[in-house]
Amino acid sequence: MAKAQLMQGNQACAVGALAAGVTFFAGYPITPSTEVAEILAEMLPKFGGKFIQMEDEIASMGAVCGAALTGAKAITATSGPGFSLKQELIGYASMAEIPCVIVNVQRLGPSTGKPTSPAQGDVMQARWGSHGDRGVIALSPTSVRETFDITVKAFNFAEKFRTPVILLLDEVVGHMRETVVLPESGDVEVIDRKRPAGPPEDYQAFKPEADGVAPMADFGEGYYYHVTGLVHDYKGMPSQNNALTTELIDRLHTKIERARDEITIYHQDYTDDAEVLVIAYGGTTRAAIAAVKEARAKGVKAGLLTLVTIWPFPGEVVAKAAAKAKTVIVPELNYGQLVGEIERYVPREKVVSLTRYDGELFRPEEILNPIITAGGGK
Amino acid sequence: MAGIEKYLRKSALPHIWCPGCGNGILLAAILRAIDKLGLDQKKTVIVSGIGCSSRASGYMNFNTVHTAHGRALTFATGIKLAKPELNVIVLTGDGDSTAIGGNHFIHAARRNVDLTTVIFNNNIYGMTGGQYSPLTPMNAKATTAPFGHIERSFDIAALAIAAGATYVARGTAFHAQLLTDLVVKGIENKGFSVIDAITQCPISYGRKNKMGTAADMLAWQRDSAVMVQAVSKMKPEDLEGKFVIGELYRSVAPEYTAEYDKLIARVAKKGGK
Repeated sequence: MAKAQLMQGNQACAVGALAAGVTFFAGYPITPSTEVAEILAEMLPKFGGKFIQMEDEIASMGAVCGAALTGAKAITATSGPGFSLKQELIGYASMAEIPCVIVNVQRLGPSTGKPTSPAQGDVMQARWGSHGDRGVIALSPTSVRETFDITVKAFNFAEKFRTPVILLLDEVVGHMRETVVLPESGDVEVIDRKRPAGPPEDYQAFKPEADGVAPMADFGEGYYYHVTGLVHDYKGMPSQNNALTTELIDRLHTKIERARDEITIYHQDYTDDAEVLVIAYGGTTRAAIAAVKEARAKGVKAGLLTLVTIWPFPGEVVAKAAAKAKTVIVPELNYGQLVGEIERYVPREKVVSLTRYDGELFRPEEILNPIITAGGGK
Repeated sequence: MAGIEKYLRKSALPHIWCPGCGNGILLAAILRAIDKLGLDQKKTVIVSGIGCSSRASGYMNFNTVHTAHGRALTFATGIKLAKPELNVIVLTGDGDSTAIGGNHFIHAARRNVDLTTVIFNNNIYGMTGGQYSPLTPMNAKATTAPFGHIERSFDIAALAIAAGATYVARGTAFHAQLLTDLVVKGIENKGFSVIDAITQCPISYGRKNKMGTAADMLAWQRDSAVMVQAVSKMKPEDLEGKFVIGELYRSVAPEYTAEYDKLIARVAKKGGK
């Protein structure tokens, strides 16, 4: 029988990773993500898994890539400055199609900023932090329980699409404690990467199947292949061929794009008849839902769309939810990062951007007041 | 080439190295070491960084990873820790391993991870066109040291020993047979092994420093190298301008992945998850 327990978001992330089958962690300590490392340092060896605190953030990302190539489900946890350092190798993992999970418990930046303050300043870094073009999956849970579920999803997406997956927590979700009831281990859907079935001599590690993803052999099994960050052919060998380059870069996008419906996770509260729609994500959702309920009590038809999947950006979901609304309010703990993306799907004159970047959370009334104003109330 | 052809990806050849480059000699020496030890091809992984040397992995028919600038040892640490039964051999250049990868180098040595690292040391960044590296000697010229280099260079062996490596050796492209023996011993060592493999870059380094042809540079290796066994009989002034080759250091220390396995045995939950 599953029992209720008091748990922190970062702890739910670590426990979710274990439920998804994680066997390897490499990381470098940084506030406010450290509990993920501390818990996995204690838990992983108990199950035969490996934990290593590397000499820096870059090394951590390299070790994660290396471990994943042997078949391990690998994870690292960091915060904004460390996420920046990891970017080159996150791009490598995209290019070499190495499944792994990168947790970024965001803090206020730029630079070392405010280490213990909540922020949502890495939304664009998650998308564009690494050089070049690539498809990106980034997920941002809103609660402790959802952090567990979304961590499992992050691993599943990483394995299924052979790609790094970014888990964007914010300090509120990471450090908040809530009572949760977690599912029994048998009730958690766990997806493992496709493995090759044919003879090793025929194996082409980067030759996609119909879903755009190639089966992946573990190092040590006898399926020899070359892994490189260079543009490469189906066997992994470097190539200068232009057509092949286009095909590869296309596929890094399309293998994720074509699964958009499966990857897109969102919640809707009171959106059916909403005249004022709030779109929020992460910890900000919590003040937003309080504001929406309060607005309803005051007779304003307000609704909330919560985006858990940030990338690929769920533009169609946003467009549909916003179609009937007169006003769309977007509160974010940054200077206005996701609102620009929303404006690509919602007429700009309907959009109100609420920003806060002083290290404090939105209070519900800060979202309620613009809802009331937009809804014609007092 | 006899005996080592089976370890080459013939479809990936010809290689991209310049005529006269010593990297092919080093590659062959490493493959001979693998052959001599009879390593299981399936259980052997080659990891390289970026640069001329690091293209070697692509020509080798194993599970091979051509990583990012300076990061070969980080990937190798992840591979070895996740699957300790694999033999992991790291190929990297002097700039790759001691400049951008310098931090990883000292920490891999400190942990004494069971990896064998062969540093293709040609004293220069060859692929990017001859800029100075931490191994470029003082006063030598490079495209970014047009008036002569004013930094002191690293002694890779001393650095590795100080950081905790348990096997340290130096060879050259000229002494290819010796190099094979040194790599064999490095792989046999249960811990972090470093082989400083001096090689010639006639195009980006030799030409700028008036060292003559590739053959002249090989002759320079022959004439400048002193076998470690001979050093004790030599006066300090006889060693000026020379470098010592052979097995330079060996020690026994706890190996990281073995220690981790012991940790697992100590804390593992009975009955699994």
